[in-house]
Amino acid sequence: MSPAAIMLSMTVNGEPVQVAAPPHWTLLEVLRYRLDLIGSKQGCDKGDCGACTVQIDGVPQLACLTLAIHAEGRAVTTVEGLGLLAGGVHPLQDAFDRHTAAQCGFCTPGILLSAEALLRKRGREVSRAEVCEALAGNLCRCTGYTKIIDAVVDASRVMAGANTQEAGRGE
Amino acid sequence: MLRLPQFEVVAPESVADVVTALQRPGARVIAGGTDILPNLKHHLGTPQHPAELPPVLVSLSRVTALRGVALDEAAGVLRIGAGVTLSQLSEHPEVQRRFPSLSQSAGAVASPPIRNMGTIGGNVNLDTRCRYVNQTHFWREALGGGCLKSEGNVCHVVPGGRNCVAAMSSDNVPVLISLDATIVQAGPEGVRELPIEEFYKADGLAHTNAKPGEVTTELRVPLPKGPRRSHYIKWSVRKSIDFPLVSVALRFDLGEDEATVAAVKVVVGVLGSKPRTLSKLDDVVGKKFGDPAVARMVSDAAYAQCKPLENVPYEAAYRRDMIRVYTRRAIEALAASAE
Ligand SMILES: Cc1cc2nc3c(=O)[nH]c(=O)nc-3n(C[C@H](O)[C@H](O)[C@H](O)COP(=O)(O)OP(=O)(O)OC[C@H]3O[C@@H](n4cnc5c(N)ncnc54)[C@H](O)[C@@H]3O)c2cc1C
Ligand code: SF4
Ligand code: FES
Ligand code: FES
Repeated sequence: MSPAAIMLSMTVNGEPVQVAAPPHWTLLEVLRYRLDLIGSKQGCDKGDCGACTVQIDGVPQLACLTLAIHAEGRAVTTVEGLGLLAGGVHPLQDAFDRHTAAQCGFCTPGILLSAEALLRKRGREVSRAEVCEALAGNLCRCTGYTKIIDAVVDASRVMAGANTQEAGRGE
Repeated sequence: MLRLPQFEVVAPESVADVVTALQRPGARVIAGGTDILPNLKHHLGTPQHPAELPPVLVSLSRVTALRGVALDEAAGVLRIGAGVTLSQLSEHPEVQRRFPSLSQSAGAVASPPIRNMGTIGGNVNLDTRCRYVNQTHFWREALGGGCLKSEGNVCHVVPGGRNCVAAMSSDNVPVLISLDATIVQAGPEGVRELPIEEFYKADGLAHTNAKPGEVTTELRVPLPKGPRRSHYIKWSVRKSIDFPLVSVALRFDLGEDEATVAAVKVVVGVLGSKPRTLSKLDDVVGKKFGDPAVARMVSDAAYAQCKPLENVPYEAAYRRDMIRVYTRRAIEALAASAE
């Protein structure tokens, strides 16, 4: 007899969500197969690739190694919610587009969420070394990383510029 | 897609309730899940019964008492709760200031998202690893039906061997041993504290001295009493994500002149199931730390006393050479930076 399904309450991309799932399901399985949020990718499914990276309470974590139960009561952000953080298109998404930083795009959702956490933590223009360190758990088999790093640094510049403009307006 | 086997999950809020929940037959602890979940996805069960999968996981996610790092000057120790994540440990100001090698080892584990999830309690209880066992069930079947640590009854590393020599691959364990840390275990018979060095056994199937139903609650690291130089060496295929192929924890306690070696402890990991503390380093004591002989003597001792096995990728003989090379270079760099 299989263990009874559990009822989970969490916030996903700003919306309160209630969903039932078997206790041995991962957060990634709940997102993809219960909530239809297929932006988070199921790559290796064992921690090696970072394609499933989401944010839990703002911190990048691997959805493939997170029991769905561990997201109970917490705020989950997936790539579908990234634009919401910026009230439309996130500067990172715009920069990835301008720099052609996505080729097949399989790694992109995870990379965007790792990068967003870095930019939020620093709150200023970031260096290439900082980007490399923050993205060290996200593999990309297409781009060779150069354009991804360009895009993240560029987005941090755009956002820092926006902050100064806002600060200027406030004066 | 790697499906998990079916299990139940319970998430108590206190250590006492965790200990009670662990009384259920086959129950196992889950903390960050970054070791146990890949193993379960590969259909690897309990260390004692490799082919038996746990029916219930006892989650530490709600036990807030395990999440602190506290400086206890009175007892002369830094207390690290088992539920502290590797990111928190590596970035903690007291850890960075007083125990640089521990900050380095915690920051060298896997990748940033895994360090945001994985805990120090899970890291010291990390299962041993082997290239023949940490594979999918399908892969192991293709090898002829697993090995002693999975479904089979042979060892592929030591043909004819009756023991498992899977490698202790935790980055932090050699460092914690080098710093004379102790581990606190809570179980049905109460709480006990033992030197972490005595927690490990040379048996890849059951490589810790944890008693049935015990949970690790804390690590205690004695504060240095005088000047010290410490460093953690990790060599792996890639600089991120990968487990170590060679790991060495260095600790040199210096005299008040900050130059003469007063004590030395060097611990090497990724050999068999138990890290090795180097012996016969007495001749290093009394030497000046900047003396090139120190780097030579320690790295030669590491080479002589450590015999890696073919249990992880890369040839054992090459890894043995690298233990010597990386140890010598690290000590030289430490000495140069201290000048
Ligand atoms: C891709 C990848 C790369 C990795 N690379 C490294 C690496 O380079 N170096 C490294 O050291 N590790 C590495 N790991 C392993 C793992 O991420 C870390 O060791 C981590 O610290 C494990 O902690 P956890 O909380 O996730 O443990 P869990 O997976 O929750 O538990 C691990 C084991 O410890 C037991 N356990 C957990 N907490 C306790 C406790 N408080 N008391 C008693 N038993 C407990 C569990 O029952 C289980 O057997 C890697 C993992 C992955 C997936
Ligand atoms: S050392 Fe031998 S028994 Fe142990 S996991 Fe490897 S192949 Fe299996
Ligand atoms: S799918 Fe989670 S890390 Fe690869
Ligand atoms: S764009 Fe294809 S994997 Fe990164």
